[in-house]
Amino acid sequence: MSLDKDTVACIARLARLKVPEEELVPLAGELSRILAWIEQLNEVDTGNVEPLASVSDVTLPMRADEVTDGGIAEKVLANAPGGAVYVDPTDKNAGGFFTVPKVVE
Amino acid sequence: MAALTDLTVAELAATMARKEASAVEVADAHLGKLDEHRALNAFITETPDKARDMAVASDARRARGEAGLLEGVPLAVKDLFCTEGVPTTAASHILEGFVPPYESTVTANLWRAGAVMVGKTNLDEFAMGSSNMTSYFGGVENPWKRRGDNRKLVPGGSSGGSAAAVAARMVPGSTGTDTGGSIRQPASFCGIVGLKPTYGRCSRWGVVAFASSLDQPGPFARTVEDAALILQAMAGHDPRDSTSAPLPVPDFAAAARNPGIKGLKVGIPKEYRVEGTSAEIAALWDKGVEMLKAAGAQPLEVSLPHTRYALPAYYIVAPAECSSNLARYDGVRYGLRVPGKDLIEMYQNTRAAGFGKEVRRRVMIGTYVLSAGYYDAYYKKAQQVRALIARDFKQAFEKCDVLLTPTAPTAAFPAGEKMDDPVTMYLNDAFTIPASMAGLPGISVPVGLDKDGLPLGLQIIGRSFDEETMLRAAAALEKAAAFDARPAGY
Repeated sequence: MSLDKDTVACIARLARLKVPEEELVPLAGELSRILAWIEQLNEVDTGNVEPLASVSDVTLPMRADEVTDGGIAEKVLANAPGGAVYVDPTDKNAGGFFTVPKVVE
Repeated sequence: MAALTDLTVAELAATMARKEASAVEVADAHLGKLDEHRALNAFITETPDKARDMAVASDARRARGEAGLLEGVPLAVKDLFCTEGVPTTAASHILEGFVPPYESTVTANLWRAGAVMVGKTNLDEFAMGSSNMTSYFGGVENPWKRRGDNRKLVPGGSSGGSAAAVAARMVPGSTGTDTGGSIRQPASFCGIVGLKPTYGRCSRWGVVAFASSLDQPGPFARTVEDAALILQAMAGHDPRDSTSAPLPVPDFAAAARNPGIKGLKVGIPKEYRVEGTSAEIAALWDKGVEMLKAAGAQPLEVSLPHTRYALPAYYIVAPAECSSNLARYDGVRYGLRVPGKDLIEMYQNTRAAGFGKEVRRRVMIGTYVLSAGYYDAYYKKAQQVRALIARDFKQAFEKCDVLLTPTAPTAAFPAGEKMDDPVTMYLNDAFTIPASMAGLPGISVPVGLDKDGLPLGLQIIGRSFDEETMLRAAAALEKAAAFDARPAGY
């Protein structure tokens, strides 16, 4: 599969990566080479082969639907890049919010 | 007495038990080496104050008669493990300044066993690479050099800093993570032991995720016994990781101390004789077979017919999982934020500025192979091939107990070489990726030097959750090889 410039721009949009216009063509070449190499898998007959998603044959454990790590808002918000707003500044673990750029005008 | 920094984990533990050195003295000796060899760039964050505090606490525990398995032993931690209150970067600009408010299960287990942290080691960004050249904080230099050639060599990757730190005697052991060879390949390049346990043996909780179905923490050390000791402390069931195996932790160190392999069937996979492997590595492999045979093992040829498809399948599965895992880096909850005119542009600006070239490349490949219309052709196909690879191993292990292969197709190479073409770089992991795809344990043991005086390792692959047999074979190989070379000046 050879990717063109527009497809790369589309992938970049899906991946939420800003790619400058001048990098689209070189990137298309690079990604196409990787994909061409990957396509040797088509030589393998995989008819009736069940896809293997995980080697772990552990049955997914279930647990009670309970909040077990509540009351640590300050820890959760500690690394917020835009800062945090607390519901009650005197009790930072009572709850709070991440601050994000304005979404709705 | 030998310098404290020349002692192994087992020797250090014994020395401290005999009260011939305190944990504080041991920590200071190793911190001195960190200072001395800072030019290797093996560490992203050094934690000398924390090390001394932990050593003081360790001495107090020992005085109370509460010494753990690794009491007072200094360790370095790959900067992919979250450590409470200590910056964790994954060698990425996007996580620069991130200070986790929690501790990974593996590191918590190590501290509970008495170990002392000296710092966080450098790696390929988000563990994506085989050279340690993709770190935002610069590459790591391998302490080894070719004879008569002063060029800097790479330590391998992604756990390059952890491997270089052990080889340069800054620490007797360290942690790494292995997704496609990120412990075993750097161990081979640096002349030390590197062990990837069975997937599920060590908890991934608190480890920055790359490819969740492949990532597995493991130890580096200078001997097989030391690697076993550290693994024993790291491993164990963790309810916080749903893929963590609910199995007891065997006495790995005891297995490593028992290199008896009489009658052990050692499979030699014929498909590993691939093009591009150096003649010296092929010869070393033959020598390894002879060594195990002389120790009483029974070598036999086995076939893993889908070996050559493991690498391309890996380069679909790993990027697919990484594109999904790395979606969390959006500038909202932690890490870097680069403003934009709206929320989407903020995401795009942040991720473009925060991720390096190789990470962006893999995120894009992963996004593409998971996108509607291509999912079946790429991702599902790769998972089917993965099933065949796992089946190959299962069939081989009906005939043999362990497999012996080279660890990497070459010795360490100069920084900057092979960087032009990603596919060439990906070939570095040709021998380690198949076992990763099947979730099997593998260990690299240093066995010899090449014509340039660089170390080369051989890999032993074990059955699922049978690290003990793998360790016995590795210890037998280690004993026969008697590798005692060390990098000049270290």
